Amino acid sequence: MSTDASVEALLSGLTPPLLLLPTLQALQEHFGYVPDSSLTAVAQACGVSRADVYGVLTYYSDLRRTPPSPVEVRICMGEACQAVGARELRHEAEALVGPEVDVTHVYCMGNCALGPAAVINGELVGRATNQALVDRIRR
Amino acid sequence: MIVHIPRDSSARSVGADAVAEACAAAGHTVIRTGSRGAMWLEPLVEVDADVRIGLGPITPADVPTLLAALADGRLASHPRHLGPVDDISWLARQERLTFARVGRHDPVDAEAYEADGGLDGLHAALASTPADIVEAVIASGLRGRGGAGFPAGIKWRTVAQATADRKYVVVNADEGDSGTYADRVLMEGDPFTLIEGMVIAGVATGAEHGIVYVRSEYPDAIATLRTAIDVARIRGWLGSSVLDSDHSFDIEVCVGAGSYVCGEETAMLESIEGRRGMVRPKPPLPALAGLFGRPTVINNVMTMAAVPTILAHGPEAYAGHGADTSRGTSVFQLSGNIARGGIVELGFGVSLRELVEDWGGGTLSGRPVRAVQVGGPLGSYLRADQLDVPMTYEALAANGAMLGHGGVVVFDDTVDMAEQARFAMEFCAEESCGKCTPCRIGSTRGVEVIDRIRRGEDPGGNLELLEDLCEVMRDGSLCAMGGLTPMPVLSALRSFPEDFPTTGGSRSPEGHDDRTA
Repeated sequence: MSTDASVEALLSGLTPPLLLLPTLQALQEHFGYVPDSSLTAVAQACGVSRADVYGVLTYYSDLRRTPPSPVEVRICMGEACQAVGARELRHEAEALVGPEVDVTHVYCMGNCALGPAAVINGELVGRATNQALVDRIRR
Repeated sequence: MIVHIPRDSSARSVGADAVAEACAAAGHTVIRTGSRGAMWLEPLVEVDADVRIGLGPITPADVPTLLAALADGRLASHPRHLGPVDDISWLARQERLTFARVGRHDPVDAEAYEADGGLDGLHAALASTPADIVEAVIASGLRGRGGAGFPAGIKWRTVAQATADRKYVVVNADEGDSGTYADRVLMEGDPFTLIEGMVIAGVATGAEHGIVYVRSEYPDAIATLRTAIDVARIRGWLGSSVLDSDHSFDIEVCVGAGSYVCGEETAMLESIEGRRGMVRPKPPLPALAGLFGRPTVINNVMTMAAVPTILAHGPEAYAGHGADTSRGTSVFQLSGNIARGGIVELGFGVSLRELVEDWGGGTLSGRPVRAVQVGGPLGSYLRADQLDVPMTYEALAANGAMLGHGGVVVFDDTVDMAEQARFAMEFCAEESCGKCTPCRIGSTRGVEVIDRIRRGEDPGGNLELLEDLCEVMRDGSLCAMGGLTPMPVLSALRSFPEDFPTTGGSRSPEGHDDRTA
């Protein structure tokens, strides 16, 4: 199925009335990102303008317009993790960035007593070290 | 043997799943529970003997010795043996009301919930009148645990007295403050308590629709809560006839999308309605015109989860804890550079020093405590000599600080407070919703001014400018994001002037790490 056809199928499978944010979250859940080609269809399905769709899509940091890397590393940069070396960890982890690996930061995973915290493809890592990240990326 | 191992995401982040799998593979019956909140002991393994015997932390590396101890029954000789869990002083000395059940049971086991006092509050509420429920919440002295500290019962009364075709109960589980995780641990460990509190709020105010707005960073909490809601529907705790009464109430989960400011209540309402999380001006108050323009109770998870115990044991029992006008218990969360981090529920009034030194055991690094940030990214930094402040709304306010959501983040003497001040502005710039100018522009200008100060450019002039900027942000911002960002900035500046090169300290700007850019 083409992307456009998948978008139409997905949108018609959602229970109306469609709210914009959960609709975009559903698209991202399916595709891993929100394809730009879907914006008009989303606008029509939600009864809003394309500008509204663009506004919400670019507001929320979770929503992305390009496919994710195979390995997504997120380092927590909240104060609790900063207090136990998150800045150093992120600096080290940036060396891991490559065609298959993306390293970004987030603010707080709620693991503040066991920092520094990191998330690799959805897996939360407590007391994270660069070596622990490397081991998981290799796996 | 029956072995209890937490499924809490903090415990999982340090290997609880591997420990559980190994125990199951060795033929033991494994029950995955919530976390007791003693994160420094996670993964905490509890073995059913006459009482539950704790061993922790049990990392995957400790599994062979754990299995050997389980096999020959000689738990006491294991180096991680802690004795009966109920006797662990760090847990036993707490005043656990909201967290009474967390960590004891499979979080979605409805029978275990009821057998341990669950639903007592809801039964009491259904035997009462809506007005009496509201009066009980007022009498308990319960104030909003999200940060603002507004009396919960007054808010409920406003919604109860409003007339509308539809009312909502919205729980704010967008726990974005670094250093706070009590909402998460409760949702992952005892979600029925939150559900019960929401149903009581619905009965008291005439609302039939509940929504929990959970941040996307909490996938385990979302999954556990959704399962618990399904179980509650099957059991008739939710639905068109709550516990066979004539009250109808149901709950759905809304998932956030990575925006800190959506923890602000009006931005959260916008987000639930599907839009950008932009702050709404007040008035109108959400209690009168909230979600989709309808009267809406908005409470934090900790506020709502305190309601069942208030109804079950009476407002006097709850108000018997605490100090001054800060009644009841507060769920403190010890984080950062701390030896014994975790959840400490105590009556208001405990000193910050007791929390950091007695409960927390000082720093993880073993170095001296230099700064403690209380109340999240918008809270003040306190010096090590300011720790005797009692943890109440009033005493903290008198010290230029605030309790916020109860987060306590400890830093040792390697912290650079000028960098922390810069980070506060940087965080505000990144997370500002952009609706009001002081926050949107002021935060970016704040980063630039602090950078200039750190480089030693016109120190006197730039410090004056920073003070000025903070005043504008504090007085001119629409919500707490811009309004409170000056708290960490100015507290760092005033309490740690030696870290700002211009004020003549010993720290050199060249040594500062500038990687947060």
